[in-house]
Amino acid sequence: MKEKEFKRIYVWQLPVRIFHWVNAFSIVVLAITGIIIADPPALQSNHEAYETYYMGYVRVTHFIAAYFFVAAMLLRIYWAFVGNKFAHWKSFVPFTKKWFSNLFYVIKHDVFLLPYNEKKSKLLHIKVGHNSLASFTYLIMFILALIMVFTGFGLYAQNTSWWLPKLFSWVPVYLGGDFTARLIHHITMWLMLFLIFIHIYFVIFHDVKDKDGEVSSMINGHKFEPNK
Amino acid sequence: MAVTSKRETYLESILKMGYTRRDFMKFATYMAAYMGLENSAVGQIAHALEKTPRLPVIWEHYQECTCCSESFIRSDHPIVADIILDKISLDYTETLMAAAGEQAEAAKHDTMKKYHGEYILCVEGSIPLGDDGNYCCIAGKTAIEQFKEAAEGAKAIIAWGSCASNGCVQSAKPNPTDATPIHKLVSDKPLIRVPGCPPIGEVMAGVIVHVVAFGRLPELDGAKRPKAFYAKRVHDSCYRRAYYDAGLFVESFDDENAKKGYCLYKVGCKGPMTYNACGTIKWNNGVSFPIQSGHGCFGCSEDNFWDNGPIYERLTAVPGFGIEHTADSIGKAVTGAIAVGIGAHAIASTIKSKLKKSEN
Ligand code: HEM
Ligand code: SF4
Ligand code: SF4
Repeated sequence: MKEKEFKRIYVWQLPVRIFHWVNAFSIVVLAITGIIIADPPALQSNHEAYETYYMGYVRVTHFIAAYFFVAAMLLRIYWAFVGNKFAHWKSFVPFTKKWFSNLFYVIKHDVFLLPYNEKKSKLLHIKVGHNSLASFTYLIMFILALIMVFTGFGLYAQNTSWWLPKLFSWVPVYLGGDFTARLIHHITMWLMLFLIFIHIYFVIFHDVKDKDGEVSSMINGHKFEPNK
Repeated sequence: MAVTSKRETYLESILKMGYTRRDFMKFATYMAAYMGLENSAVGQIAHALEKTPRLPVIWEHYQECTCCSESFIRSDHPIVADIILDKISLDYTETLMAAAGEQAEAAKHDTMKKYHGEYILCVEGSIPLGDDGNYCCIAGKTAIEQFKEAAEGAKAIIAWGSCASNGCVQSAKPNPTDATPIHKLVSDKPLIRVPGCPPIGEVMAGVIVHVVAFGRLPELDGAKRPKAFYAKRVHDSCYRRAYYDAGLFVESFDDENAKKGYCLYKVGCKGPMTYNACGTIKWNNGVSFPIQSGHGCFGCSEDNFWDNGPIYERLTAVPGFGIEHTADSIGKAVTGAIAVGIGAHAIASTIKSKLKKSEN
């Protein structure tokens, strides 16, 4: 395809990109340390306890990453109110007719790869922001992240005297104890990971298929749209 | 057992039993220490036990194994067993009272009438609600009827042990008798939960003495447990914690690490999720506690501890999937399925675009 058929659009503002990478990085760290906490591999054995602090470091890394995770989340919530239309909270809430027609389009042609009329529907439905299915996935992702924060800080409240995590100390009590809170925390991690795997695949898929610069857009903020 | 018309104070009863005043002061000091109170509280406790007439106590037993009573009478200081629990203090308790049959029932009703709104109701055991409550009957009445009657005039209710606090083994799935913990059956009375299977004797004594000495329940946490004893996890006061933090774990019960006394986390220790005072007060007059004897914490003071996954494994079991399915094996399976799906999708879309190109 020739270059002039595309125009360059600024989609992801800086705070959105910062959020995305802090979020991604902290989730990777949280998942790795979390899996170690859940079932620590047998790495140490020839040490005395006072010589190493392996689990201690794993846990402190988990908790520091958790604070980054929450900070990024707060930034993103703020930006959902003041950011551009692609970042606005309204783009995540499925209410309009257009949203549903885009949803069916994406499911039919992107997920199930059914043939489409290139001229008509593609121009109508390619979205520079989130498509409907993606935005709905991010809404679910946000809810899962909230569950992580509530159960995580609920468990953490026990380990601290700071008032902020203490605000969550009712969570494990409400859920019926730390057992249940940890179980939910653990399962929700897997649910997040599933969505992340699918997310990464489809980002690359769209980059290849639509040639819209989707992968690099989260770095430089710009996407490409075919000229109408 | 007859209810004496003029109530003795605790000190009077204690002296009458042959203890010295010095024993009494030691007892008050023990109690203040267990409750984590300041030095000045010793005087307060001693004073209260000296002045206040003993509280009438009715101690009911429903679906339970009596391990709470057993634990209580073995608590550190003999005065606990002799004075607080002996016939002097308890107007009614199936296990220890001298009276039996109609005599016992009469004594209980006497107390309930005479000290209406004043007596403390201690409950050991859960209450079955299934089949009209017929699984547990005492003196011709179901446990729930007995309980409702006794709770009506109680000043406060103490739910002893995991049975009364969370249903314990009787309420484990499938809970055939519909065993129900006490706090789900009353809402209009001050209530304290003292979970554990059994609770530590000193913890029970501490709770009782607090109620007696200060005339109110001790400070409670969000789950209605006394903060003095249930504010910390077993993990937080465990002497093996240094091994946990170092990542030194027992991998199986007969390995070298077990001999060295490493952390029991990977052989199923539930200490990190269990709120109890075992690490500090310990058991059997401070002799030992499970972890010190080489066995992980069972989580006996936590809700649903019988249904909270495998006992000797760390892996997180998912309810409803059968115990062999842990969260991680499900997670790995679904991840595999997603990988297959992604692969299929990638191949299909590549073929499709190739086909389109060759058409053009
Ligand atoms: C994407 C986000 C997160 C992931 C993937 C994650 C993952 C995990 C996993 C797998 C565990 C082990 C659970 C088990 O015992 O089976 C864990 C434990 C824990 N997580 Fe997270 N977590 C996340 C966010 C958070 C947050 C935001 C906090 C808040 C402080 C937090 C605090 C904790 C705590 C306190 C524990 C228990 C650690 C212990 O008691 O030693 N987590 N996490
Ligand atoms: S033995 Fe149990 S309670 Fe003690 S440090 Fe290890 S996990 Fe924690
Ligand atoms: S160590 Fe755990 S299982 Fe054992 S008595 Fe204490 S709380 Fe219960």
